[in-house]
Amino acid sequence: MTTASDPRHGRLFAALPVQDAPAMARLHERLVDQARREGVLDVAYRTLDTPVGSLLLAATVEGLVKVAFAVQDHDAVLQRLADEVSPRILAAPARLDGVSRQLEEYFAGRRTRFDLPLDWRLSKGFRREVLTHLRDIGYGRTESYAQVAAAAGSPRAVRAVGTACATNPLPVVVPCHRVVRSDGSPGGYAGGPDAKRALLALESAA
Amino acid sequence: MRRPFEQIVAEYGPVVLRVCRAVLGPQDAEDAWSETFVSALKAYPDLPADANVEAWLVTIAHRKAVDVTRAAARRPTPVESLPERAGLAGRPEDWDGDLWRALKALPDRQRQAVAYHYLAGLPYKEIAAMCGGSTDAARRAAADGIRTLRDTYPRFTDQSGVAR
Repeated sequence: MTTASDPRHGRLFAALPVQDAPAMARLHERLVDQARREGVLDVAYRTLDTPVGSLLLAATVEGLVKVAFAVQDHDAVLQRLADEVSPRILAAPARLDGVSRQLEEYFAGRRTRFDLPLDWRLSKGFRREVLTHLRDIGYGRTESYAQVAAAAGSPRAVRAVGTACATNPLPVVVPCHRVVRSDGSPGGYAGGPDAKRALLALESAA
Repeated sequence: MRRPFEQIVAEYGPVVLRVCRAVLGPQDAEDAWSETFVSALKAYPDLPADANVEAWLVTIAHRKAVDVTRAAARRPTPVESLPERAGLAGRPEDWDGDLWRALKALPDRQRQAVAYHYLAGLPYKEIAAMCGGSTDAARRAAADGIRTLRDTYPRFTDQSGVAR
């Protein structure tokens, strides 16, 4: 990063630390706080360790906008949020305190439904209708893709229901894992088949 | 395509802090850094995709540093020496007080040119655009600053082994 041609000039600033982690932590916190107060923290995010791996949680001022599994590549997800929502993105866990608490309760088997403000902007049209309906599938229950299609008023749109579930921007919280194949096998999942099985097992155990 | 701002903070935050510390000293550096990154965050969605992010940040930091310097000039001196100020704004013990004393003694132009060129790696043309004046004047300011530091900052030459 430095173009100093004479190595001696590098020594000039040797007394100034190149990395000062405590100062950066303090400044980052101050930046988040000021950005929030001035209304320019468009997307806040954090990660949360869960039994199905590290979850990326991102929220706008309206509510939770994205949940992503590690297999979805958190960096790639953050880049898509920058492209589709806003690049004003900071790691700012405070906005996700409520989400984190409810998810922890869910994974501990102490919560059967989420009561959170959601920002649906990453899902549109029929997919969004499907996902909205998923919230009616209760904890521990499952429905087939065909049942969900019928409930959404388009019984022939089974494949579109599959796509809606596969592109659910809010997995776990909007329970697309409760939609399974007609033969009872789990079917695909954004977090991978093991994550889907783990969530279904968690809910059937409770 | 713009990267998430968090990545901008992680990648350029440390170098901007070094620049702020070299230009403003330990007490005011963190205020200038904060104002720089809040301004940058606000303007970020409009930054041209091919912009040189580091030069853009240093340019903002430069403007903030000028503001801070002006405010400091208006500030009555006793306020500056209140002990709790240092505790709020930064940790002067973080780095060599001798270096800051030597930098502080330079004319603003020279201190800025030295920091922007040798810490941020900005070419003199960019420094001239930021600070005013010609490219040659920016190059001279940096050279003069370095020459003075060689005399006033003992560690500069001590550690190189050879004094010139």
